[in-house]
Amino acid sequence: MGDTANLIVINGTETTFEPGDTILDAARRIGIDIPTLCHLKGATATGACRVCLVEVQGARSLVAACAMPAAPRMVVATESAKVVTARRLVIQLLLASGNHNCLVKGSDGRSFEAYAERLARAGGNIEPCPAWGDCRLQELAWRYEVTGGRFSPTPPRYPLEDVNPFIVRDFSRCILCGRCVQACNEVQVNQAIHFGYRGARSKIIAAGDRPYRESDCVFCGECVQACPTGALVEKEARHAVRPWETRRVRTTCTYCGVGCQTELHVKENRVVKVTGVPGAAPNDGRLCVKGRFGFDFIASPERLTTPLIRENGSFRQASWEEAAGLVARRLTEIRAAHGPDSIGVLTSARITNEENYIAQKFTRAVVGTNNIDHCARL
Amino acid sequence: MAGLAAAFGSGAMTNPIGDIEQADVILITGSNTTENHPVISSFIKRAALLKGRRLIVVDPRRIKIARYAHAWLRPHLGTDVAWINGMMHVIIAENLHARDFVAARTTGFEALRATVAAYTPERVAQITGIPAAELIAAARIYAGAARASILYCMGITQHTTGTDNVKSLANLAMLCGNLGITGGGVNPLRGQNNVQGACDMGGLPDVFSGYQKVADEAARRRMAAAWGVDELPAMAGMKVTQMVPAAHSGKLKAMYIIGENPLVSDPDLNHAEKSFEKLEFLVVQDIFLTETARQADVVLPAACHAEKEGTFSNTERRVQRVRKAVEPPGEARDDWRILCDIAARMGRPMAYADSREIMEEIRRVTPSYAGISYERIEQEGLHWPCPNPEHPGTPILHREQFTIGKGVFHAIEFVPPAETADRDYPLYLTTGRVLYQYHTGTMTMKSGGLNEIAPECFVEISPADARAYELQDGGLASIASRRGRIQARVHISPKAVTGTVFLPFHYARAAANRLTNAALDPVSGIPEFKVCRRYKGGVKPTASRN
Repeated sequence: MGDTANLIVINGTETTFEPGDTILDAARRIGIDIPTLCHLKGATATGACRVCLVEVQGARSLVAACAMPAAPRMVVATESAKVVTARRLVIQLLLASGNHNCLVKGSDGRSFEAYAERLARAGGNIEPCPAWGDCRLQELAWRYEVTGGRFSPTPPRYPLEDVNPFIVRDFSRCILCGRCVQACNEVQVNQAIHFGYRGARSKIIAAGDRPYRESDCVFCGECVQACPTGALVEKEARHAVRPWETRRVRTTCTYCGVGCQTELHVKENRVVKVTGVPGAAPNDGRLCVKGRFGFDFIASPERLTTPLIRENGSFRQASWEEAAGLVARRLTEIRAAHGPDSIGVLTSARITNEENYIAQKFTRAVVGTNNIDHCARL
Repeated sequence: MAGLAAAFGSGAMTNPIGDIEQADVILITGSNTTENHPVISSFIKRAALLKGRRLIVVDPRRIKIARYAHAWLRPHLGTDVAWINGMMHVIIAENLHARDFVAARTTGFEALRATVAAYTPERVAQITGIPAAELIAAARIYAGAARASILYCMGITQHTTGTDNVKSLANLAMLCGNLGITGGGVNPLRGQNNVQGACDMGGLPDVFSGYQKVADEAARRRMAAAWGVDELPAMAGMKVTQMVPAAHSGKLKAMYIIGENPLVSDPDLNHAEKSFEKLEFLVVQDIFLTETARQADVVLPAACHAEKEGTFSNTERRVQRVRKAVEPPGEARDDWRILCDIAARMGRPMAYADSREIMEEIRRVTPSYAGISYERIEQEGLHWPCPNPEHPGTPILHREQFTIGKGVFHAIEFVPPAETADRDYPLYLTTGRVLYQYHTGTMTMKSGGLNEIAPECFVEISPADARAYELQDGGLASIASRRGRIQARVHISPKAVTGTVFLPFHYARAAANRLTNAALDPVSGIPEFKVCRRYKGGVKPTASRN
């Protein structure tokens, strides 16, 4: 090659980088996992959390890999003793910055039940973390064998906010990484939340420190999806759903025509949570309030569960045999008496392609008319 | 649909959603994007705010997306052809149009030039209320872009002149060479998850799947052979907006309605209700006992999207997988299984093991879907046309040439809306959606949270109109047109333009469509939801307080 203009060495591996790449980008290209916390794909790097610190030969101090541009002939170590020591300190400080009790009292247990029991034994009304098992900070603490307790935890400064139907904001579990602020301002561009106050009083605020309900928030939930801890959690799923109890099914949203790619989180034959699929077109993880929170209709007790036949002005339940038989018979009779064009079919913009295809085939080949349309015009 | 098809040969969005951030200029008209297509609006806001792209919004209401606009034009309702002609007048007069593109790829330019010659900015200002200087500035921004994207929605199509409006937008885009390129295009945003797919699959009275005309004998013969029948009807059938009057007159005796709720979404609802009552037999297949289902003779319970396998085609023509996550409740079934059961009982069995087998048949008879299989779209959907299994799909239409060869300019004169305000009904009414509810609300109104935020119908009215009719914010107003009367909560909002009120159409108990006009666009059959008169007496402080 000879040309060293865009060569960088990471953990002893020589690799090329693209103009504009950060050290993090270059490392990810060759499968080296530099842990991150505040980094949010597609948003400006802030370097706020310091978890991605790496050692660059010749540099005076450790640098944040997410913000530092890759430079020619840079030699980088991502897991050196110096890096790991610094990273453990960062994690310890983050754990002490609020109510992160998943690893308190030296426990390294990985069972939620053991954790909950321990909290109960500790007395008082200590709430187990709603993000247990689905928390980036906890994951990092395990990875770097940080057990918490080195620094005494900071008492919660701000009360929990849940005066809206969708999102619970628990400031005691917020590590001020700023991912939610970036998600709101740079990904969804709803501009509802910002950093507020200074220093130890720092807080993520909406509309001059008011509840979400009284701000520009439109409850898209992008902040919840971006939150790496238990600070922002879906209200309905909070404590009701643990990640290991669910199975995820990738599908397409059923509301507007954008066709967002979603994952339905299913627990006991019930959709309990919906998330966007990051990296997948067309929405790249983004959803709106309906797509993320409007799934109650699926398990609604008002769903139709049996065929109904009108009799003397009211409905009675019927078997499929009877109902389908009646429909077939009446359509056949009406076609015989008045011709196929006396029958019309409205297919649906809500059902699948396969079902629309069957609807047109049914109308044209079985009934024998072209009287088929749907409500796209309405 | 009809407008774009006449201009380009295809009625679908020409460019993908991801292209929006590649455009230098984005023109949005007749789309309340932040409420109706929130995720698309995030692309637009990112482009305008973070990427330095220019945004033009043309809308009578001060909708949220207008906050991000470099230019916001506020035309009177129903005057779209006039402002678009006016922009083209400026572009041609200042020689800003794409002469090479126009010469090489289009026909009909001379007639267009002759027509728009009369639409001087001053005359357009009189018709539309848009000041001449603003129109000229917007025309220069649009024409000055290397790549400019037009996005529109029902605010353009739901007029008696809807087809003309769309053709006019197509004219504007062709005039500036904005087709067949990344970041360009004329892009109708589809309101429902699978409108595109319902059209693609032949859920229309004049075409089979893939827009193969039923009038075309060769197409009919192909489909008849594939379906194992001797012949198929050649005459185009009735549109939904023709079926309702046909039911009223007794020509239509039976209807089979799948997953639609026309007794909230139909224009001139009172008339629609009477029409449905006259049917000898009405079948409704749905997931809830909707307003329409309550009138049925037989109601059949269907599975919802989370309970079935299949595909949806989104607004950008991308065919994407739908997957089963949970079991349907009780005895509810896949819609296709219900239809196949009834077909068999009518003596014409249609048997499929699963939805994949149906897709395989779709591929065989639908050229634009021939290359799309479940295997290929496992991870990411494909854009049709995708004519064979090796084809990468077509995110951008009309690259080398238009689907119909050369793009067609349509010289269009402005025609005033069917109904205009008068002394008895002095205000205009426009209808639409809000972010927290969806269509007729059968799904969203089952969510406690969504209802908590958007619980009831409201009428959005400007501060000046509210003063004129002595209405209080939060009070109840009665609103009437020549066709009916409803009650709604008063929202005084600077979004509203004086002289026009807005009503969301989601709410069955205060169905905005009791007031709307069933007058139809003569080509596409789209009713005029966006403009109709409102009765003055109804908004006097007779407003009750229950």
